[in-house]
Amino acid sequence: MQDIFNNQKEDKLLSIYFTAGYPSIDSTIDIAERLERAGADFLEIGFPYSDPVADGPVIQHSSEQALKNGMTLGVLFEQLKTLRERVSIPVFLMGYFNPVLQYGVENFCRDCHEAGIQGAIIPDLPMYEYEELYQETFRKYQISNVFLVTPQTSEERIHKIDGLSDSFIYLLSSNATTGKQLAVDNQAEHYFQRLKDMQLRNPLVIGFGISDHQTFRKATHYAKGAIIGSAFVKILGEENYQNKIDTFIRSIKEQSI
Amino acid sequence: MNKYQVNEKGYYGPFGGAYIPEMLYPNVAELQATYLEIMQEENFQQEFQQLLRDYVGRPSPLYLAKRLSEKYGANIFLKREDLNHTGAHKINNTIGQILLAERLGKKRIIAETGAGQHGVATATVCALKGLECVVYMGEIDTKRQAPNVARMKMMGAKVVAAQSGSKTLKDATNEALRDWINNPVDTHYIIGSVVGPHPYPDLVARFQSIISEETKAQLKEKTGSSTPDYVLACVGGGSNAAGMFYHFLDEEHVKLIAVEAAGHGVHSGETAATTALGKEGVLHGSRSILMQTADGQVVEPYSISAGLDYPGIGPQHAWLFKSGRAQYVSITDEEAMQAGLLLTKLEGIIPAIESSHALAYLEKMTLRKEDNIVICLSGRGDKDLDNYMTYFGL
Repeated sequence: MQDIFNNQKEDKLLSIYFTAGYPSIDSTIDIAERLERAGADFLEIGFPYSDPVADGPVIQHSSEQALKNGMTLGVLFEQLKTLRERVSIPVFLMGYFNPVLQYGVENFCRDCHEAGIQGAIIPDLPMYEYEELYQETFRKYQISNVFLVTPQTSEERIHKIDGLSDSFIYLLSSNATTGKQLAVDNQAEHYFQRLKDMQLRNPLVIGFGISDHQTFRKATHYAKGAIIGSAFVKILGEENYQNKIDTFIRSIKEQSI
Repeated sequence: MNKYQVNEKGYYGPFGGAYIPEMLYPNVAELQATYLEIMQEENFQQEFQQLLRDYVGRPSPLYLAKRLSEKYGANIFLKREDLNHTGAHKINNTIGQILLAERLGKKRIIAETGAGQHGVATATVCALKGLECVVYMGEIDTKRQAPNVARMKMMGAKVVAAQSGSKTLKDATNEALRDWINNPVDTHYIIGSVVGPHPYPDLVARFQSIISEETKAQLKEKTGSSTPDYVLACVGGGSNAAGMFYHFLDEEHVKLIAVEAAGHGVHSGETAATTALGKEGVLHGSRSILMQTADGQVVEPYSISAGLDYPGIGPQHAWLFKSGRAQYVSITDEEAMQAGLLLTKLEGIIPAIESSHALAYLEKMTLRKEDNIVICLSGRGDKDLDNYMTYFGL
């Protein structure tokens, strides 16, 4: 697997989030493969939870449907066994803490490692609990834990997060749930610039509110990459979505070269 | 320091903490850093005590229910939270939190509600203080509890029907948390129970602890001793029980009994008996005991009483359960409804169906005639008349 985060040449990375088991139970690996072929640089595969408090309506809906389709962490890890035969770009798992806790944090990290997953993004697992209880397990299996930073996160805390991170820092474009349109105004640009000027060890990837070429280009002006979630998941809910993935990814990326 | 109270990291034994996304961190950290200091300020205490007295109507009476005592062969005292303004213990917490919000400079208040009692108590204090109020309520509950929706609206609150998930209390809580994420600066979230990220469970328990504080003084006056043999309270999230137990936690000879709702029966698939069926898990920002699937998806609870219809319990309750300090039992819909009717007939008091669960446990106890028992009558039954009418064909 390439180390795209520490490669100086790799720039304007596009990452895509989608929910495992949506729109159908066995669509997960197929979508990942299509995304790589279309030009996505890395992926976040979401595992669904009944109470996704940080998510807006689009991802709430995909989670609900995925659960109805029978998606669980057990089913997902079964599917991920073939991931590395078909997909070579970095893949992170993203979801809420309770399913991980029930699966067992050690089982989760071990199965991530065996499936070739690079890291996990668990928004409701706070820094204190991670450091005290789980960091050792994540490190043992070389699973990178990705932290979120918002416009309200203090500088001191950002430095602490930088110290605990070892892949990238997930910069939220605004304090909001997923799926809101990004308004890159002076305030947001000031915040992005402030983060850029902090010269952190880890590269920054901006997420929440990135939906098209324009917002992607603005975000990657300040950061190593940007993540699209809701705007892509919306397409997965449409008829014939398989044939729309390529066009969507190219519409985001190509004009920015 | 009390081993049943929260520690400096926000934990009760292994339970509690603040399992929240970074977007909520500044708000929660602000509360963590300031709540104790603000609550101890003299002008806070003055205003809080004055409102509890003149507006809520405290102290609430401790009433020796003579005919009920005769029936069960022991001395049964009812702590009359049902006589509070707005009809339940919920207002103790909302008064405290609105004063806290004011001192934090917040201009907008949000809350979740199930049956509407906490929503009404929140709308009430917002009217009192002239603050904007938005209450999230599951869409199904807005229909089941239309009079409470009307009360909130009359007091100027905006009631938003939560459309997500199962469209009940847990989803209303999710929506309130989402609102707080999207409004991080000017908004305070008044959580209605001893749930949520630290410091909420402690904060709410402290505001509700007035219940046991008064009880001790009243018991002393009536019986010569400030401690009873038993203390009973119902538990959904657990705020009235947390307040009723608070000052008895260190009095280890006082037996504490928390009564959960078994719905149609613990193993019927339609229940809210969290400690009987739940496992350790994380919901709404804290680690506690939760009703969930093997995969960690939260299970929708059921009880005839909307106030007990929550899939978890507060982290302090999880700790009292695990440590054995309190006993957790459950009562079915049928048992609770009969107990509600019994109290009405014997004492002329129509209890909220929530409180009826605590009353119903009397049937299962082996009592001696010298036993002193305090039951928290957490709310009045006016809001439940439809339910009583349908159930008993009145």
